[in-house]
Amino acid sequence: MSVPLLETRALCRTFGAIAAARDIDFRLEAGARHALIGPNGAGKTTFVNLLAGAIAASSGAVLLKGRDVTRVAQAERVKLGLSRTFQINRLFRGLSVLENVYIPVAERVGAAPSMFRPAGRRRDVVDEAMQLLRTLRLADDAPRRVAELPYGRQRLVELAIALGRKPEVLLLDEPAAGVPSAESHIILDAIGDLPPHIAVLIIDHDMDLVFRFADRITVLVGGAVFATGSPREIGSNPDVRAVYLGQAAHG
Amino acid sequence: MRDEHPAARALAGRHRLRPWEPIPWVLALAWYVVFPKHLGFGTEVLVTILFAVSLDLALGYAGVVTLGHAAFFGAGAYTVGMLAKHGVWNEPITSLLLAGLVAAAVGLGSGLVLLRTRGLTLLMLTLCTMALLEETANLGHAYTGGFDGLDSLPIAPLLGVFEFNPLYPRTQYLYVLTVLFLCFVFVRTLVHSPFGQSLTGIRENTLRMHAVGAPVRARLVVCYTLSAAVAGIAGGIWAQANAYVNLGTLGLDRAATVLIILALGGHGRLYGAFIGAAAYMMLSHFLSKIYPTAWQLGLGLLLVVIALFARNGILGIGAALWRRARLPRATS
Amino acid sequence: MIVGADVASVLLGGVAAGMVLFIVSVGLSITMGLMGFVNLAHGGFAMLGGYAIVYAMKVWGLGFVPALVFGFVVTAAGSAVLERLLYARLYKAAELDQVLFTIGLVFIMIAAVTLWFGPENQPVALPAMLQGQIDLGITRYRTYSVVLIAIGIVIVAGLWLGFERTRMGAQIRAAVDNRRMAESLGINIDRLFTATFAFGSGMAALGGGLGAEFLGLDPQYALKYLVYFLIVVAVGGLGRVTGVFYAALLIGVLDFVLKKYLPQGGALFIYALTILVLLWRPQGLFGARA
Repeated sequence: MSVPLLETRALCRTFGAIAAARDIDFRLEAGARHALIGPNGAGKTTFVNLLAGAIAASSGAVLLKGRDVTRVAQAERVKLGLSRTFQINRLFRGLSVLENVYIPVAERVGAAPSMFRPAGRRRDVVDEAMQLLRTLRLADDAPRRVAELPYGRQRLVELAIALGRKPEVLLLDEPAAGVPSAESHIILDAIGDLPPHIAVLIIDHDMDLVFRFADRITVLVGGAVFATGSPREIGSNPDVRAVYLGQAAHG
Repeated sequence: MRDEHPAARALAGRHRLRPWEPIPWVLALAWYVVFPKHLGFGTEVLVTILFAVSLDLALGYAGVVTLGHAAFFGAGAYTVGMLAKHGVWNEPITSLLLAGLVAAAVGLGSGLVLLRTRGLTLLMLTLCTMALLEETANLGHAYTGGFDGLDSLPIAPLLGVFEFNPLYPRTQYLYVLTVLFLCFVFVRTLVHSPFGQSLTGIRENTLRMHAVGAPVRARLVVCYTLSAAVAGIAGGIWAQANAYVNLGTLGLDRAATVLIILALGGHGRLYGAFIGAAAYMMLSHFLSKIYPTAWQLGLGLLLVVIALFARNGILGIGAALWRRARLPRATS
Repeated sequence: MIVGADVASVLLGGVAAGMVLFIVSVGLSITMGLMGFVNLAHGGFAMLGGYAIVYAMKVWGLGFVPALVFGFVVTAAGSAVLERLLYARLYKAAELDQVLFTIGLVFIMIAAVTLWFGPENQPVALPAMLQGQIDLGITRYRTYSVVLIAIGIVIVAGLWLGFERTRMGAQIRAAVDNRRMAESLGINIDRLFTATFAFGSGMAALGGGLGAEFLGLDPQYALKYLVYFLIVVAVGGLGRVTGVFYAALLIGVLDFVLKKYLPQGGALFIYALTILVLLWRPQGLFGARA
């Protein structure tokens, strides 16, 4: 069995008396399409934040490509090949779409610290950014300010920024959240077209999306892993259904 | 394969000289010819522009809200002043470089330590750092002249030939204009570089910059240090042009005024410093001495209006109008 | 016991000054902790309150205590209006805009006061009962300073009780700790802000009036002491009554001690100390870690 790209061992995080993540063991292999589901407040976004390094673990370990990154800062993990998107867009709103993607590419190739050549003259960065936009079918929006785009296309830019880092591990936090159903197909298509070697973890509530893309599903309830398995196993698991129905009864 | 998509071309050409960019320099040279009796005032405006440009680097691009930027201005001014007054060194160009270096050192030292904080804490720390320097200058009056400062600084002639004559400030004006030009070219290059692009990213969405692997604090410290260096050069030329340095160079008054000037002109836009400084100093020159209370009232009202309705200053209003005028022709 | 009397008088003076600092700054600390709003005009409210009190005493002949009440009420009411009309529009704004707005506001306040009252210092006539000296056993000290200390203790105790025991106090503490959660619990944040802002400005006015006798009262008051108020708030910790109290006492006593024994380097010491404290604990000595 190969070394998983991303792994957690007994990962815990408490906020005062609340255990937001409890003893989570998790593995993500290269090329994986893994979905994380669970009722509201299950700790899914907390888990992604722990993986990305946005918040520190209380105990346990996070390993990236076999290396212990539990104490490693967010930006460093990104340099090691991990990238994430946010549930609510975190874009450079005043900048053009091209500039939004220029930034992560420039960071990755090491162009960013350069102070004396104009940014646009780094054709390697510009060309790579444009190429990425083309694969996401955003090329026509390249010169437009992100703030002017409809929400669905903004969400695509959110994905583009993460992909600008050419990550090996990609964490998508509710990629289709807030996107009007008429536009959601652009997100779904983009996810479907992701390079096959990348390990992808998707958090979402949308069961259609989850069952369409995932080859493995983990159910998180109350901060702990409730069930893991193939889509069919999870789909036919009566306990999982009960957790969701129970949620619906209280919600 | 070169990408000839219009967006790529637009980005590639973003740094190119716009047709209106030579205008401020033409106006400055025209001033020299047309108002030879007002070169002292003109020099003051040019120095203020340079100081405001330095603040724009810190505030408009690194997003550091500081009420203590005069710390660097004063550091540069006192470097020049003390070297000249105590007979250590008075060659203007090298003194100026030293002023920039000293101010950069202060900026680096304080930046490494202060830029770990944000919000009110950072504001207070910038304020206290500047106040600390001011008190130190006050206490060290044997070197700094204390409250009275150092006057009649013996600055050597520029390039050995051009004298700094306090009564006919022709040399000062052209010297300051040249220094301003060179520093501005440097800042403009910086802003259009990939480094400048990452600063804009930090300003637009700091959290996302962390999430794309940018070393945010390191970038901010570098930017703050460069901003301090330019501010120090502004302080240095002020001391050289006036042959004088005092505690006012380190005071809250100067720091608050430059902040107001940048807000008035528009921060994060490079030329906001020019417009803000010119507008403020013109108004101040005519009004503040004749009607000081009315001036303060008007300034206060102006600031309230800017904060509520025109947060991007004069240039911001101009840009919004320009965008609205272009809208019907937009290709999309 | 000359040394003892000396030390006692410096301490008493410092504590009295600290009490005034506390009374003025506590409002700033609460509103900044609650609203996250950098209010550089707070010193202006203290100044306006001081002028209102002086006006009431000189022109209307009100006694000292009624004038203090008047100053509190008038400043609280005026600030509530400003809060609803102007401040509220900037709660979500960038810090720079808040700084610019409040600087502009304080300039307007200073200009208004200069136009109405003139630029001279306004002397405050203390009632005869509060003048003179009082015998404290160890030493004789100014009656007014002792009274200030007593008032300060009463106020801090009252505020502490108010925050710990009343519903509104609990609401404020909750909102300071986590505004969104407080909102979702049904607390009317808007009204809480206005009430807290008004109260804080009223307290500033009270401090301005109480302290006018030795801090002076002129149009520059708003900016002259602003740095001290900000230092007290930053060092004490935002939104913490006890924090502001201890920080104010510390600064007050330090200032007095330094003025007496180290007249040249006093301010420098305080700035250096503030920098060190804020670097060690950016949230203030008593503030909550972000």
